[in-house]
Amino acid sequence: MMALLEVKDLQVRVEDREILHGLTLTVNQGEVHAIMGPNGSGKSTLSHVIAGKPGYEVTGGEILFKGEDLLAMAPDERAAKGVFLAFQYPVEIAGVATMNFLRTALNAQRKARGESEFSTPDFLRKVREVAKSLNIPQDMLKRGVNVGFSGGEKKRNEILQMALFEPSLCILDEMDSGLDIDALRIAADGVNALRSPERAMVVITHYQRLLNYIVPDFVHVMSRGRVVKSGDKELALALEASGYAQFEDAA
Amino acid sequence: MPAVQETVDRVRRIDVDQYRYGFETLIESDKAPKGLSEDTVRFISAKKNEPAWMLEWRLEAFRRWLTMTEPTWARVDYPKIDYQDLYYYAAPKPKKQVASLDEIDPEILKTYEKLGIPLREVAVLEGVVSPDGEAAPERSRIAVDAVFDSVSVATTFKAELKKAGVIFMPISEAIREHPELVKKYLGSVVPTSDNFFATLNSAVFSDGSFVYVPEGVRCPMELSTYFRINERNTGQFERTLIIADKGSYVSYLEGCTAPQRDENQLHAAVVELVALDDAEIKYSTVQNWYPGNSEGKGGIYNFVTKRGDCRGRNSKISWTQVETGSAITWKYPSCILRGDNSRGEFYSIAISNGFQQVDSGTKMLHLGKNTTSRIISKGIAAGRSQNTYRGLVTAHRKATGARNFTACDSLLIGDKCGAHTVPYIEAKNASATFEHEATTSKISEDVLFYCVQRGLSQEEAVGLVVNGFVKDVLQQLPMEFAVEAQKLISISLEGSVG
Repeated sequence: MMALLEVKDLQVRVEDREILHGLTLTVNQGEVHAIMGPNGSGKSTLSHVIAGKPGYEVTGGEILFKGEDLLAMAPDERAAKGVFLAFQYPVEIAGVATMNFLRTALNAQRKARGESEFSTPDFLRKVREVAKSLNIPQDMLKRGVNVGFSGGEKKRNEILQMALFEPSLCILDEMDSGLDIDALRIAADGVNALRSPERAMVVITHYQRLLNYIVPDFVHVMSRGRVVKSGDKELALALEASGYAQFEDAA
Repeated sequence: MPAVQETVDRVRRIDVDQYRYGFETLIESDKAPKGLSEDTVRFISAKKNEPAWMLEWRLEAFRRWLTMTEPTWARVDYPKIDYQDLYYYAAPKPKKQVASLDEIDPEILKTYEKLGIPLREVAVLEGVVSPDGEAAPERSRIAVDAVFDSVSVATTFKAELKKAGVIFMPISEAIREHPELVKKYLGSVVPTSDNFFATLNSAVFSDGSFVYVPEGVRCPMELSTYFRINERNTGQFERTLIIADKGSYVSYLEGCTAPQRDENQLHAAVVELVALDDAEIKYSTVQNWYPGNSEGKGGIYNFVTKRGDCRGRNSKISWTQVETGSAITWKYPSCILRGDNSRGEFYSIAISNGFQQVDSGTKMLHLGKNTTSRIISKGIAAGRSQNTYRGLVTAHRKATGARNFTACDSLLIGDKCGAHTVPYIEAKNASATFEHEATTSKISEDVLFYCVQRGLSQEEAVGLVVNGFVKDVLQQLPMEFAVEAQKLISISLEGSVG
């Protein structure tokens, strides 16, 4: 079976500084991969390059998504193909109601895939259903996108979009940052509800704590722009005990 | 936001060089000879069958104009205008008197169709021809007094307005039919000596709208005029006069587009509003004249004097404008708050792209006691454009309790454009409270990426963010215009990123 995501020997520069020096990662459908590592190891860079954020120069290697050259696609094409990035710091968009934003984005993706756009009643039904399951009140959907949202609300809004857009690959960038333990549990429950045999997830985090809630199938440790060790969930626990220092030396 | 998608589809279909409204209608016109002299003024006045007093008024303005010099204080730069190299009057040749839309030149009707404003359809939809005998819902009615190349060729809804006692007609007709009103109010807000462009307008204005709403009457429909500049090399000099008598209310909508051309076109309109005791006037504009091509060639020069006089107690004048077109915009819709407790409002969206230059804002002159004003200005600069907000808020020494709130926000798209804010504040009364807030921000790469990661294209993302930025002002527009305006905003920002 073809892998969902294949990152091969990826080398990436930002303003003449190489951040990723030959990173390789394979993610299959239905799998949950955790990527751990200290600050500056290149975790967020990887997520940004997969999603197509401007400002990164890929100098070597390739990324295949469902067998296609992902790097040749514009970021909005990648989104329509099923790549979803849950942001570490979701932005605020003043004056644009969340509901309008969700509908515009969802219909843009559907249109790009040649599917029919959702009618207003169908869309509303779908949003309400998903919002309810995530404990998101209706009035939050009427407010400007993330405007005045708490950290927990912003993350729930990300998960709401994930549930609505039904992507095949979800990248969660430091989802636990800025969340207290209750907010973290709600967010993690939302993510777990979206786990399915068709969908893969890449969970980027500093801390093992998140992985108590979102239990990964694989754990990769990144250091200085490479994956230096891969294992199962036990690796995360071992890291929690011994820290990243050992890998800093290995790299 | 369904309009966003529609907008973006339209944006894709056009670009600056294929300005959608850039077409010319082939109608023979009746031109004044090129150049400006007393003879030109006499020609125009004669064409309009004007009474002697009107000609005298014009000539006085013309003589005054000869002594004036073009203002240079605005932050706009354009080649010197040769006023002797322009035509000052052009009218479609009258074929016959029109009694209904059917008799209007089909060429003209077609023009409206291209603009997406099928007059014929408007007439049917809005109840002129009411096939079911049903009246259209009150709030969706719009009366259209079509100004086509200087001369009003169609006036609809006349009957219903007449029933309410509202006078809505081309100003050239009003001069003949209601000389007492015109004499009393014309030039009473913007005097013939006001400024270079207003004085020029006073000498050579060709036509425009006249509205009089009698005491205690709430105008039964939105009044709307669509302007188009159609004749090559013809300056357009509209003159609009709106009077709301005691306790009356009127909402007036104005929208413009112009055909593509290489030569620059001069436009110097004057709009005068008079609100008497307890009266309210709401004046909305959506302006989309040809901004010039991608090299900055061509485009309309728009030097407009718009001023409202809150002459009576508790009167209110509200200006709302969406400015997306023109190569040069020089425009400051203002309020004279003369009556005690009167209120002035200015809501503005000014968008510049390409090589456009906008110098626009407002003046709120507090003369009466407890007068209030509110200014919300949103400037968006993209491409290589320059966008200036220039505003004046003053309190006369007798203006006890005057209050003003001003918020000016500028949004920059790209790094070759400029946004400037030039507020002037003068309080001669110690009890005046003036607040001013201003922000300038760049459209954030992070916000655009967030939108794009969710599946929106760059253009859709910019359209969405900008429409959010201007939402406070869009909400002030009547529904019919809000949708149109939203489309225009995205169209005019086409090609501003990426």
